[in-house]
Amino acid sequence: MKILVPVKRVVDGNVKVRVKADGSGVDLANLKMAMNPFDEIAVEEALRLKEAGKAQEIVVVSIGPAQALETLHTALAMGADRAILVRTDEAVEPLGVAKVLRGVALTEQPGLVILGKQAIDDDCNQTGQMLAALLGWAQGTFASELAVEGDKARVTREVDGGLQTVELKLPAIVTTDLRLNEPRYASLPNIMKAKKKPIDEKSPASYGVDLAPRLKILRTEEPHARKPGVKVASVAELIDKLSNEACVL
Amino acid sequence: MAILLIAEHDNATVMELTARALSAALLIGTDIDVLVAGSHARPTAEAVAGLKGVRKVLLAEADELAERLAEPLAALIVSLADGYDTILAPATSSGKNVAPRVAALLDVAQVSEIIEVVAPDTFKRPIYAGNAVQTVQALDSRKIVTVRPASFAPASQGGAAPVLTVPSAGDPGLSSCVGNRLSETVRPELTSARIVISGGRALGSTEKFEEVLLPLADTLGAAVGASRAAVDEGYAPNDWQVGQTGKVVAPDLYIACGISGAIQHLAGMKDSKVIVAVNKDEEAPIFQVADYGLVGDLFEIVPAFEKALRDRA
Ligand SMILES: Cc1cc2nc3c(=O)[nH]c(=O)nc-3n(C[C@H](O)[C@H](O)[C@H](O)COP(=O)(O)OP(=O)(O)OC[C@H]3O[C@@H](n4cnc5c(N)ncnc54)[C@H](O)[C@@H]3O)c2cc1C
Ligand SMILES: Cc1cc2nc3c(=O)[nH]c(=O)nc-3n(C[C@H](O)[C@H](O)[C@H](O)COP(=O)(O)OP(=O)(O)OC[C@H]3O[C@@H](n4cnc5c(N)ncnc54)[C@H](O)[C@@H]3O)c2cc1C
Repeated sequence: MKILVPVKRVVDGNVKVRVKADGSGVDLANLKMAMNPFDEIAVEEALRLKEAGKAQEIVVVSIGPAQALETLHTALAMGADRAILVRTDEAVEPLGVAKVLRGVALTEQPGLVILGKQAIDDDCNQTGQMLAALLGWAQGTFASELAVEGDKARVTREVDGGLQTVELKLPAIVTTDLRLNEPRYASLPNIMKAKKKPIDEKSPASYGVDLAPRLKILRTEEPHARKPGVKVASVAELIDKLSNEACVL
Repeated sequence: MAILLIAEHDNATVMELTARALSAALLIGTDIDVLVAGSHARPTAEAVAGLKGVRKVLLAEADELAERLAEPLAALIVSLADGYDTILAPATSSGKNVAPRVAALLDVAQVSEIIEVVAPDTFKRPIYAGNAVQTVQALDSRKIVTVRPASFAPASQGGAAPVLTVPSAGDPGLSSCVGNRLSETVRPELTSARIVISGGRALGSTEKFEEVLLPLADTLGAAVGASRAAVDEGYAPNDWQVGQTGKVVAPDLYIACGISGAIQHLAGMKDSKVIVAVNKDEEAPIFQVADYGLVGDLFEIVPAFEKALRDRA
């Protein structure tokens, strides 16, 4: 079985982004970028399935500008076998990403596609579910456990009330939650080896996908700031403030 | 402008989340139908019919709908989509699971987790863990939207909408539910509770988490939340996680105990009306969003707080 893992290049989760003063967006110039953390978890899970003999090949794909090559190199250094960059300098919405990924999946014929449950920049939480719909495949979202047995995948999902375990007919889509695994770091020898691994470059047009935007971002602004608070010295003072000033007790 | 709202329920009770999402729907338009899909879900449908502003309730009952699996539920919603300009779901794990599937089947872009309705086609939504807020206009003629429940007050009671049954669209046979391990709780539901008390890594063990936080939660009638670190360490179950990738809460009072205040955690609670932080490090970032900060050892402060409240009552 082949596993396809889409990986996205995002602003590093430890960086606090700034909104541009003219409201036109978020200032991404010179910020540290990294692989979306959920996608690192997706790559790790694919590697573990390969190491367990459940998969033979791991293909990673990113849709984005030339700089997304960095993200693909990271995935290859972790242990993926080859990479595809679907190059575009345009902003691509989740539906567009899913349509391109559908094209990739139809050519690559994976048994499993593992994506992150959400990208930590746009926080859409859509792409995996959309890809499942476009392919007519089963979906197991927000996975905290994954097991592959024959032509089935068993996925334990983190849901609002606790955990739900579903069985999916393969091929299927899985999206990762935080507790699925702890991703490995790439070792120096593997970083060197990764330099020789093949990276294919494609364009959205090679999959016949129209990426015209369906959403228009009118404005990007700072969230409401909270009023500065105070320190209280004791539990008694806290209870007094909560009862008489904030009126919430 | 007809709207289809997908109800969140547990086959037995309507969750308040549905009433909150209904409030968002009422800001978009007026002809609002609510879909209740499940098994043995008639009592839920009748409860939904009592919400003010509902035109009619569509009740679909079938075995394949019992567990809210995305594949049969999406097929059902698509089969009903024709009469509606907007399809709305609360941004719960179930809504987040099914809405994008519906959107892609209808070839429509989705707007995720709106926090404000600006116009029927224009919404505000947070990005970058709430560090920026985008105003997005949906250009497709049909809109698919998920709603962050914590950002909308629940719609009121006092409606009397008819309940109509609709057929399931069948089971595509792609997936099945093997089992659920749901946490049992007698406490209020986290995302709609009036008071939330959350614990972080500082609690150190499941035993301490329970021994120290739960009595205060019960004295206050509060729901219990946790940071990701506390959940990862196994001190608290996964469905208690508050944050960018957990639940988003906006209670009247949020009490953070031994939580440092990473941006991913703040994303889930910084719209709370009043925030209290208890942390032994006076430089902890949580104090930057706290209305009232108490610097000190939570293992002393929290039990003292609980005792003082009990003595007061
Ligand atoms: C140069 C550039 C500028 C952009 N500017 C904006 C902007 O201003 N506003 C805006 O809304 N969007 C913008 N986008 C698009 C945006 O970054 C996302 O790619 C898209 O909206 C998907 O949303 P998401 O990442 O939140 O999806 P989610 O559904 O949260 O992502 C879930 C998963 O899908 C997969 N995935 C998502 N995107 C990709 C990808 N590109 N390649 C491979 N796998 C992927 C990953 O596995 C990810 O974990 C821009 C994109 C580019 C390339
Ligand atoms: C992709 C991604 C998604 C994430 N999503 C989330 C999310 O949804 N929710 C979330 O919470 N986190 C999330 N995180 C993790 C987040 O970055 C932090 O690591 C996490 O919130 C830290 O938890 P904490 O505050 O409990 O632990 P720590 O940061 O370790 O803080 C513990 C605090 O307790 C204090 N303390 C210690 N002992 C005592 C004592 N006796 N009395 C009082 N105070 C004490 C310390 O001073 C410290 O401030 C995410 C991270 C990533 C990368």
